[in-house]
Amino acid sequence: MKTFLKTIMLVSALAAGLGTMATLPARALVEIDVNKGNVEPLPIAITDFLSGDAIGAEISSIVAADLKRSGLFAPIDKGAFIEKISNPDAAPRFEDWKVINAQALVTGRVSQEADGRLRAEFRLWDTFAGQQLTGEQFFSSKANSRRVAHIIADAIYERLTGEKGYFDTRVVFIDESGAKNQRRKRLAIMDQDGANVRYLSDGRTIAMTPRFSPTRQEITYMSYESGEPKVYLLQIETGQRELVGNFPGMTFAPRFSPDGQKVIMSLLREDGNSNVFAMDLRSRSTTRLTNSNAIDTSPSYSPDGTKVVFTSDRGGQPQIYVMGADGSGQTRISFGGGSYSTPVWSPRGDLIAFTKQSGGQFQIGVMRTDGSGERILSSGFQQEGPTWAPNGRVLMFFRDAPGAGGPKLHSIDLTGRNEQAIPTANFASDPAWSPLLE
Amino acid sequence: MRRIAKLATNPVAIALMMSLTIAGCASKKTPNSAADLGLGGAGAATPGSAQDFTVNIGDRIFFDTDSSAIRADAQGILSRQAQWLNKYTNYSIVVEGHADERGTREYNLALGARRAAAARDYLAAQGVASNRMRTISYGKEKPVAVCDDISCWSQNRRAVTALAGAGS
Repeated sequence: MKTFLKTIMLVSALAAGLGTMATLPARALVEIDVNKGNVEPLPIAITDFLSGDAIGAEISSIVAADLKRSGLFAPIDKGAFIEKISNPDAAPRFEDWKVINAQALVTGRVSQEADGRLRAEFRLWDTFAGQQLTGEQFFSSKANSRRVAHIIADAIYERLTGEKGYFDTRVVFIDESGAKNQRRKRLAIMDQDGANVRYLSDGRTIAMTPRFSPTRQEITYMSYESGEPKVYLLQIETGQRELVGNFPGMTFAPRFSPDGQKVIMSLLREDGNSNVFAMDLRSRSTTRLTNSNAIDTSPSYSPDGTKVVFTSDRGGQPQIYVMGADGSGQTRISFGGGSYSTPVWSPRGDLIAFTKQSGGQFQIGVMRTDGSGERILSSGFQQEGPTWAPNGRVLMFFRDAPGAGGPKLHSIDLTGRNEQAIPTANFASDPAWSPLLE
Repeated sequence: MRRIAKLATNPVAIALMMSLTIAGCASKKTPNSAADLGLGGAGAATPGSAQDFTVNIGDRIFFDTDSSAIRADAQGILSRQAQWLNKYTNYSIVVEGHADERGTREYNLALGARRAAAARDYLAAQGVASNRMRTISYGKEKPVAVCDDISCWSQNRRAVTALAGAGS
């Protein structure tokens, strides 16, 4: 499956327009400022890519769905389109798109090469400036057509927001089925939009808290498969599993270091408390980072690897602490009312996402890395476990509600205004976002 | 590959899984609810049997929210468990620690472990040999009561003493 990742090639950037616009302005006229609190979604027309079969329309509908879910774009209903694109290489009639208020326009074509591969091309147009903003073409196997669509959506997102996209990503999670007191919890992986679900464990024993390696197609997770709760590594493509470390008791709450070379996790002590350790996956040496008579768990590295944020109840109830990656300088940073757990450092380094419990509610929020600037993004009866999209703009988490019968996945952006349900066949929990695929 | 032990076919691990399976079945056949509901009075179970333990002694204790302190009502149950275990020394036990759903998954796993250790330490202080006891935490993953309010949460915050390795 290694080839899977290499079968989509960006072959070339398509020449701008009709050759008359060799020098594009550094910044387009149409753009989105993602830092603004209340972004008005940008009206964008995404036409069906030309193709001999249904695949052109399929790809453009995946692109439109990705962009719509981000909350930053408002794809225009195709019924409003005036111009029918018949030659995606030619400049569109911009007037026809301006009149329906399409500030950006996407055109494209999907064709089949002699060797059976798909060739997908797209162009992004600024209708009011009357120019092409970007254009690219890709070759891929037909089986990877959804990935091609996500890559195109990422390219559009990046061109119009100035931020990296996050659509060509996957999510590992726990698929939950069966009655609540006998629930089957198995590892699963899917595309970030819920497509292409694949199960990674058989569900005979409980698995939980999967987390992606930032550098490989590998996850670390906790499972009862040996009879005792232990941390494992799993190679996603080969299915090869390994126990992490040879510790006498329970190991849990694993996460990778940013370079993928260490797993940081909790070890249960004989006295019933838990401390944080890091294990180097090459040398197998372990380093104790905390030594408190308390529960120290849910460690998460800063993206530069120099710090670790974690949960501890050493002060009486669960709160968030930050320390150096060597365990030095352990400092509490959460001081709002209530308890705090599952801190996760943003891949941009600027924020820490957390689960907060106060007033009988569970909240998903973010704070700066010194604990200041706390913002609650979502509040509910039961919700927890945020994970960051690789661009640090969107969080996914899981939520249960009275009468719902079980948890489901949701995403919310940093404004707190764009919440989306992630479709899954069964109940789902513990999402963890992959880095952008390559 | 670099790293660590392979999972596969470690006989110790397989034996461990089998013993857990047996323990799991035993506790399902004779749930605590029989005792809670006042069913099966003394004498219904053979003295020294697993049923005797769960029905007449009580196999579980409950905890306050986010606490692993052994409550006064739990001390009596654990003392009876210790007396029984000191009489029927052919059993080893697994103390399972559990949490309610009102906490996050990883923290509750640690909390369940701390509850199991607290119950184990209480039994040890009452004379049960440490080498007969293991602990395991299930966090909030195995609730027995499944409603969405405190009437269920208080039943799920528990430590269950499961008999394992029952001899003759």
